[in-house]
Amino acid sequence: MTNTKIPRKAMVGLVILGVFFLMAIVGPLAAPYDPSAFVDVPLQPPSRAHLLGTTGQGQDVWSQTIAGARTSLLVGFAAGLVMTSVGAIVGAIAGTFGGLVDDALSLLTNVSLVIPGLPLAVVLAAYLPAGTKALLVVLVATGWAWNARVVRSQVLSLRNKDFVAAAIVTGESRLHIVFREILPNMTSVLASCFISATVYAIGAQVGLEFLGLGDMSVVTWGTNLYWASNDAALLLGAWWTLLPTGLSVALVGTALVLVSFSLDEITNPRLRAAAASARVLAARGIRPGASTPVVRDHA
Amino acid sequence: MRYLLRQLGLYVLAAWASLTLNFIVPRLAPGDPASAMFARYKGQLQPEALAALREAFGFTGGPLHEQYAAYLAHLFRGDLGVSVAYFPAKVTDVLAMGLGWTALLTGSSVVVAFALGSLLGVVAAWRRGSAFDATLPPLLVFLGAFPYFWLAMMLLYGFGFTLDALPLRHAYEDTLAPSLSFAFVASVAEHLLLPATSIVLASVGGWMLSMRSSMIGVLAEDYVTMAHAKGLSPLRIMFHYAARNALLPNVTGFGMALGFVLGGSLLTEIVFSYPGQGYLLVQAVRSQDYPLMQGIFLTITMAVLAANFLVDVLYVWLDPRTRGR
Repeated sequence: MTNTKIPRKAMVGLVILGVFFLMAIVGPLAAPYDPSAFVDVPLQPPSRAHLLGTTGQGQDVWSQTIAGARTSLLVGFAAGLVMTSVGAIVGAIAGTFGGLVDDALSLLTNVSLVIPGLPLAVVLAAYLPAGTKALLVVLVATGWAWNARVVRSQVLSLRNKDFVAAAIVTGESRLHIVFREILPNMTSVLASCFISATVYAIGAQVGLEFLGLGDMSVVTWGTNLYWASNDAALLLGAWWTLLPTGLSVALVGTALVLVSFSLDEITNPRLRAAAASARVLAARGIRPGASTPVVRDHA
Repeated sequence: MRYLLRQLGLYVLAAWASLTLNFIVPRLAPGDPASAMFARYKGQLQPEALAALREAFGFTGGPLHEQYAAYLAHLFRGDLGVSVAYFPAKVTDVLAMGLGWTALLTGSSVVVAFALGSLLGVVAAWRRGSAFDATLPPLLVFLGAFPYFWLAMMLLYGFGFTLDALPLRHAYEDTLAPSLSFAFVASVAEHLLLPATSIVLASVGGWMLSMRSSMIGVLAEDYVTMAHAKGLSPLRIMFHYAARNALLPNVTGFGMALGFVLGGSLLTEIVFSYPGQGYLLVQAVRSQDYPLMQGIFLTITMAVLAANFLVDVLYVWLDPRTRGR
């Protein structure tokens, strides 16, 4: 890749993510109040003392949003990482070994894909003891399969490449080929798998906690929304108890998606060429035609 | 035909897997949730009734395969036990109350989101690089990143609470009795509008993006260039030539996305106290109604599997190439 300039979309995404990471890491030290303590009159609108107002239980919304960022992002990214690893291992083994192993693993993947996630997650979460570990298990169990499918199809297309044939001829073991030859060559696919898994994990976690599953005494973005809806905040007109948390979830999700789009653009030459030619044409006031443009780097 | 049979096999296997998960999960849980669950019934149920319920879930104390056989036998008789939250109603009766409403809400919003998203995707791909294409996809991605139920809460606050323009809760006016009268149907439509809009807003972006990317691929095909060269009208090329073929991958994605959208729509129901499966689900979670939770899991799974199969049949009908295989 000769063009190392970071696309604007990715820049926007990275800046948003950076702000939230900062909030999650140093935020709780700088938070004005204890997020779970009763600090003032309940349901006060935003004011100078409480930048984002107070909840139905007299907690400071701003402090709660900061504390929620730490717990929710931690669980989201951890679950995303585990989901990607499980998916990559299953997908890579299925794709490389082929035959019966592939049939069995693909069947397992497809079965988990068609079973709807949320109802299964509810049953799992209801029976497991409430806590972060259980939440991770639930998220991974319901979300690993998509990654496995993506990785498998990518492995299938890499398997016939010359460098894999060379490794086979050299007499490398199959596991060596999977983990040392094939997986490192699909870093960008793994990265975008990780991003979509994290987006799923954050959303599913918020949804489960909103339902009342998990440890309701911990301050997370999901429990913030659960308590807001439990206290009938909306019917009392207290929009400020919901807005910050929802916006945070959406901003993190959008930022992740933006980074993932740019990953596609950086690593998929066809998309990169399309974007480059669209820019050139637009600059000259020409509507793009129907053919696929090819741009070569003359570096 | 072979394609359909293979898909059917997959769904049967998935159905069996979810039945079995439903059996295994309570037994894998640490401690004994079974006795916790039955403890809640004590005082409400006669000992004989309690014994019958234990049997329905296969908690008979026998070896595991006998428990499994007992569980399956009860399941096929349509016996899912008794609900705790709606005691003494049977779980199957409770589920039947909410099934129609969920089908109405999810069905209508998924169809609208799919049609609208595909249409927007076609236009965005056709006018690639235009202002329309540059602004709408990011905007819809941003909307799609909000949790469904959060969008629902905001719509509820804006249109229901502040403007008082649309109803805040339930599926129809409490004063009306269900009938086929105009007043009742109008009331159902009015109550459907806000929850359906929030699901459409949250899910339309996904459809648009996948349609846009498959459309861009199709627009590069030679037969589209040929159609341009023949001087066909842009509308005809757009819909009769390109969109028809670009739609196929979206149809395949439909079944897969259905389960995901359904999850969001269950949570949306809760916000509007819409009397579907989602509302039952939150009641079940609040009163630790394990039989009802498991019943909802099974019903939703079976519904999604059936819908997936219908989509496959539709796919075979739409794409003649699959029939040869």
